Amino acid sequence: MNRLLILGAGTAGTMMAAKMRRALPRDEWNITIVDQDNDHLYQPGLLFIPFGVYDESDVVRPRARYVPKGVDLLLSGIDVIEPGENRVRLMDGSLVDYDFLVIATGSRIAPDEMEGLTGPGWQKDIFDFYTLDGATKLHRALEDFEGGRLVLNVAEMPIKCPVAPLEFLFLADWYFHKRGMRDNVELVYATPLDGAFTKPMASKKLGGLLTDKGIQVETVFNAGSVDAERKILASWDEREVPYDLLVTVPTNMGAEVIERSDLGDELGFIPTDRNTLQAEVAPNVFVIGDATDLPSSKAGSVAHFQGEILEHNLLAAIAGEELAPDFDGHANCFVETGFGKAILIDFNYDVEPLPGRFPLAKVGPMRLLEESRMNHWGKLAFRWIYWNQLLAGREIPLVQAQLSMKGKENPAVPQAA
Amino acid sequence: MSTATIAGVPVELDAEGFMTDASQWTREIAEAIARDNGIDPLTDKHWQVIDFCRADNEAKGTPPTVRRITKGTGISTKEMYQLFPKGPGILSSKIAGLPKPKGCI
Repeated sequence: MNRLLILGAGTAGTMMAAKMRRALPRDEWNITIVDQDNDHLYQPGLLFIPFGVYDESDVVRPRARYVPKGVDLLLSGIDVIEPGENRVRLMDGSLVDYDFLVIATGSRIAPDEMEGLTGPGWQKDIFDFYTLDGATKLHRALEDFEGGRLVLNVAEMPIKCPVAPLEFLFLADWYFHKRGMRDNVELVYATPLDGAFTKPMASKKLGGLLTDKGIQVETVFNAGSVDAERKILASWDEREVPYDLLVTVPTNMGAEVIERSDLGDELGFIPTDRNTLQAEVAPNVFVIGDATDLPSSKAGSVAHFQGEILEHNLLAAIAGEELAPDFDGHANCFVETGFGKAILIDFNYDVEPLPGRFPLAKVGPMRLLEESRMNHWGKLAFRWIYWNQLLAGREIPLVQAQLSMKGKENPAVPQAA
Repeated sequence: MSTATIAGVPVELDAEGFMTDASQWTREIAEAIARDNGIDPLTDKHWQVIDFCRADNEAKGTPPTVRRITKGTGISTKEMYQLFPKGPGILSSKIAGLPKPKGCI
């Protein structure tokens, strides 16, 4: 019996378990998936928790329910990965051998990386919203907030879901409007980037929205420390940003087991072939989702697009055939902009987010790089798609793994009339 | 893109003054770019960073982040800001004759 071992039963790992169970014969292949607990978190939902739109019951379900029949789920921490031995040691000391390994251990926040962040102000007037605990406590803090300066800081890039900080600010603007206290709240975005986003056209569009909504932006702000007594966020070049409430997106790092196994870069992300998803460390090891060191977004849509290519490449590797260099960095993200609207962006390694329609030219129904109510409904409908289609490793109609130029308008190339 | 002569060598520069061909770089060019950016002279510590940036870019195909430089050289982030005031990531790349580091996506 051969074994495919999958580390991590989050978005990417669960999806791969479903895909590979359908693709590999049961009498030849055992599939085993490991995670430390049985709580599958719908991560895109965390954004809505601080504003009371969702609570815990909307975003957590048992992992076991989504791991398909015929796949062994082991609930245990992972001690160390040993690619040289083709085996993984679990926290309980047991060893699991594999023929092929898929690492889908994701990313985590590491607030201890910034001096003073987890000091006396932590979860008092400093909160994250990338964990269920942080998002839930931030909800209470927002409910109690009586006005003042709310600063959102991104510690350093890359972060999971690079549009989430912007969405948080847009939703905060809406939330305080609804509570009739927007005039008493200063919203400030302190970012290490030199604009609202990493790609020029989207940065211009999203930067314009920040201005329209009266949100101040501190660009090229590389935060170095927090003084919780004085309520000051300071940058390495000694700029000071005072806050009453600090919402932090701390440094994002790979899982601790990656560092313990010496498989990661300086942030614990795993060096991975940007087109085939094969790990650099060994030909029978593949990486998917947030755990890679790829310059693509860390987002569920990316894991979904990678899934189709990884399935193909795992089957090719098992058959001793050549891998397909087909992953193009494709990402597709809804950006909530508040007041029941959202923007949709679709891009890859080479093509930045462009205006147009999606997924069908002219018809849409989604608009690219433009606010619309339909986009907002799309974002909310995505939760159903996530639990029912995405985790089961099924395709989403009309949306291909590789980026399509259909419906996109490139201003550099004038459209024929 | 434009051509400029730095330290007697004609080099290609992008709109923000980053060299577009790392092979045109010399140590004299590094000293001249550093002077233009208010760093004079380049100390051994500066050279340690510059040499790391060039070697890492050669190996990885992209200039290193500040975090990667601190891990690779043992020089602290605080010290990086003293060596390359205002923007150690961008400035170390510029002086090392490498492209502007891309903000990660």
